[in-house]
Amino acid sequence: MLETADLLKEGIKEELKSDEMLLNMGPQHPSTHGVLRLVLRTDGEVVKEAVPHIGYLHRCFEKHAENVTYPQVIPYTDRMDYVGSMNNALGYVIAVEKLMGIKVPERAEYIRVIVAELNRIASHLLAFGTYGLDIGAFTPFMHAFRDREKILDLFEEASGARLLYNYPRIGGVAKDVPPGWLEKTRAFIDYFKPKIKEYNDLLTFNKIFIERTANVGVLPLDLAISYGVTGPNLRGSGMKWDLRRNDPYSIYDRFEFDIPVGTGEMGTVGDCWDRYWVRIREMGESIKIIRQALDQIPAGEVMAPEGLKAIKPPKGEVYVRTETPRGELGYYLISDGSQQPYRLKVRSPCFTAMSVFHEIARGGMIADMVAIVGSLDIVLGEIDR
Amino acid sequence: MKLLESTFRDNILITRVDYFLNWARLSSLWPMLFGLACCAIEMMATGAARYDLDRFGAGVFRGTPRQSDLMIVAGTVTIKMSSRLKLLYEQMPEPKYVISMGSCATSGGPYWQHGYHVLKGVDLVVPVDVYVPGCPPRPESLIEGVLKLQEKIRNERLLARGISSVMAS
Amino acid sequence: MSIQEILEKLKARFEGISFELVETKVDPFIKVPAKNIAEVAAFLKEDESLAFDSLMCLSGVDYPNTLVVVYHLFSFKHGHKLVLKVETPRDNPSVPTVENVWRTANWHEREAFDMFGIHFENHSDLRRILCPDDWEGYPLRKDYKTQEFYHGIRVEVAEPPDPLYEAKQKSKVDKAAKPTGTSATKAAKPDSKATTEKKAE
Repeated sequence: MLETADLLKEGIKEELKSDEMLLNMGPQHPSTHGVLRLVLRTDGEVVKEAVPHIGYLHRCFEKHAENVTYPQVIPYTDRMDYVGSMNNALGYVIAVEKLMGIKVPERAEYIRVIVAELNRIASHLLAFGTYGLDIGAFTPFMHAFRDREKILDLFEEASGARLLYNYPRIGGVAKDVPPGWLEKTRAFIDYFKPKIKEYNDLLTFNKIFIERTANVGVLPLDLAISYGVTGPNLRGSGMKWDLRRNDPYSIYDRFEFDIPVGTGEMGTVGDCWDRYWVRIREMGESIKIIRQALDQIPAGEVMAPEGLKAIKPPKGEVYVRTETPRGELGYYLISDGSQQPYRLKVRSPCFTAMSVFHEIARGGMIADMVAIVGSLDIVLGEIDR
Repeated sequence: MKLLESTFRDNILITRVDYFLNWARLSSLWPMLFGLACCAIEMMATGAARYDLDRFGAGVFRGTPRQSDLMIVAGTVTIKMSSRLKLLYEQMPEPKYVISMGSCATSGGPYWQHGYHVLKGVDLVVPVDVYVPGCPPRPESLIEGVLKLQEKIRNERLLARGISSVMAS
Repeated sequence: MSIQEILEKLKARFEGISFELVETKVDPFIKVPAKNIAEVAAFLKEDESLAFDSLMCLSGVDYPNTLVVVYHLFSFKHGHKLVLKVETPRDNPSVPTVENVWRTANWHEREAFDMFGIHFENHSDLRRILCPDDWEGYPLRKDYKTQEFYHGIRVEVAEPPDPLYEAKQKSKVDKAAKPTGTSATKAAKPDSKATTEKKAE
């Protein structure tokens, strides 16, 4: 009897040698946040290697930028990161203004900051909602969209569009906000502030959620810097770094706010939960900024006189980086003195965040892949451009 | 309940089989979760709290083509994606429908002129039933598109089509 | 640290290499010979007083005579920035990789290869990243011509509506010995208006 058991053991050893399997995830997959394709080499349930393939949404942004005039580029920047359009357009117009030396009117600067921060909240809400969806919680998605719609209503009143605004313009903003808009914004942030607690009760401190995300996809700080990871993902790894504070653009140096960083509260510093938690706390910081901006906003013009003429920057080049909801968005703009940019290169925060994916995915389970992709909060439109 | 029972007991409902089948199909369109770009966010908004696509029976977004009968192509289709799109379309069971959501899916949209890597209209790859204009279309527009599609299904004659195709073969 | 000081440091360290500082209105930059960029990059990162630990952006630019690779560097430690440029000929462009210095360069260089056809020597995985693997040409070069078909899918970049389009297509079909595909049947339809217009031209 013992012999048989031993033989059986031997047999099992021989026969059940596990093979590696290639698993293709995407480009159409419910939780890849767009058209991302991952090729996973798995050994059983463990992922040995994950290779991301991108380019399924390559919309030739940089080619378009070379073929249209400077103001006409703004709609295309909106469509790059379609969840944070205001921030994307803001970075571009700052780049052109820096090249031309345009001084933007005060009121326009304040409006820009308010809409950019509102957009940051909207973007983080989407990240929060869809992350819950990825992990298997459907309800947070509905709550997030309920509040996101209120922000979209504000945007619609100001710019006329729900998603892609074309609102920041070179030299200012498209038009002044309608009467009563600032009061409505104040009412919104008063309404929104207690909602963050609701989200935390719903998802953040949910036991299942923590089990799925804590200690998963740990991104060490040195790796993050070497791979050029920025934004909430870098802060999740424990670095107190925010361009709004450390390399201020627009008028961000006038506002008081904290920079939330990951501390490894539930697991290791730099895991998925930390990255997620940074985003949730950033919404609170955005509210602080909006409140201060609403208190300080002056009356006056919203467009510099240069912005109304044909935009023709002098020969030269400029690199401008801004902090979008996803991190450091850089525009490298070369002008040859004509009405069209000679070259416009975009340094996308999601592009670099995705390039680190194969490092942090190695050794995880297959189900962790969804958690990691969701926690990086990528937008494929910006990766592929 | 009592009232209903006494009113409708032992009753006969007379309808055409075609109409009945169509009614059943159009009232439970299951769209595939096929978000590609910006329009996907508006598609999500249509399914979410305020607009609630479920009211029209079309809110059960499925992750796989094999369970769905409506493909909402929401966003820009690129050349690299087009072969995958066709593959996914072919995996859907008949009868199947396609809504082309937004100007990118319809004609290339803003990427029409210089977009070397953008497919100029999803109808080059798969047949489209309803085009929804806009960049991106508002959720109301998408709902209108779904309603239009329901109208189309209501007037279909599935059985007759089946017979004629049998006769032809 | 200002760009002059950085230049002095570089000159002191690499004696045989000619650096060129170009002053512009907004961002001045240093030109580095293409073959030395890898060692210069490694020095910029390793040196304690420079410590450029982050490559913000790597971009290719197509100038009429040369292709240029631009490196935007940043130091988290000291908070200073630096722009480097290397030039490489348009035919057979080749630049050593900096992937071993900053890991993020891997994908950025793949993108530059995809868009401009710049070959990065010793790159571990130089494949196209955005376009499909069998794509023809390098899209962001100024003289790029879009291929007409990709695996049977029409990709031609649309031109503004041309009233003579159909007539032109017809003459194209006439020239070809065997017309095939849908475009041929479309164009073969007689269109008297277009033909007369062409004659008038």
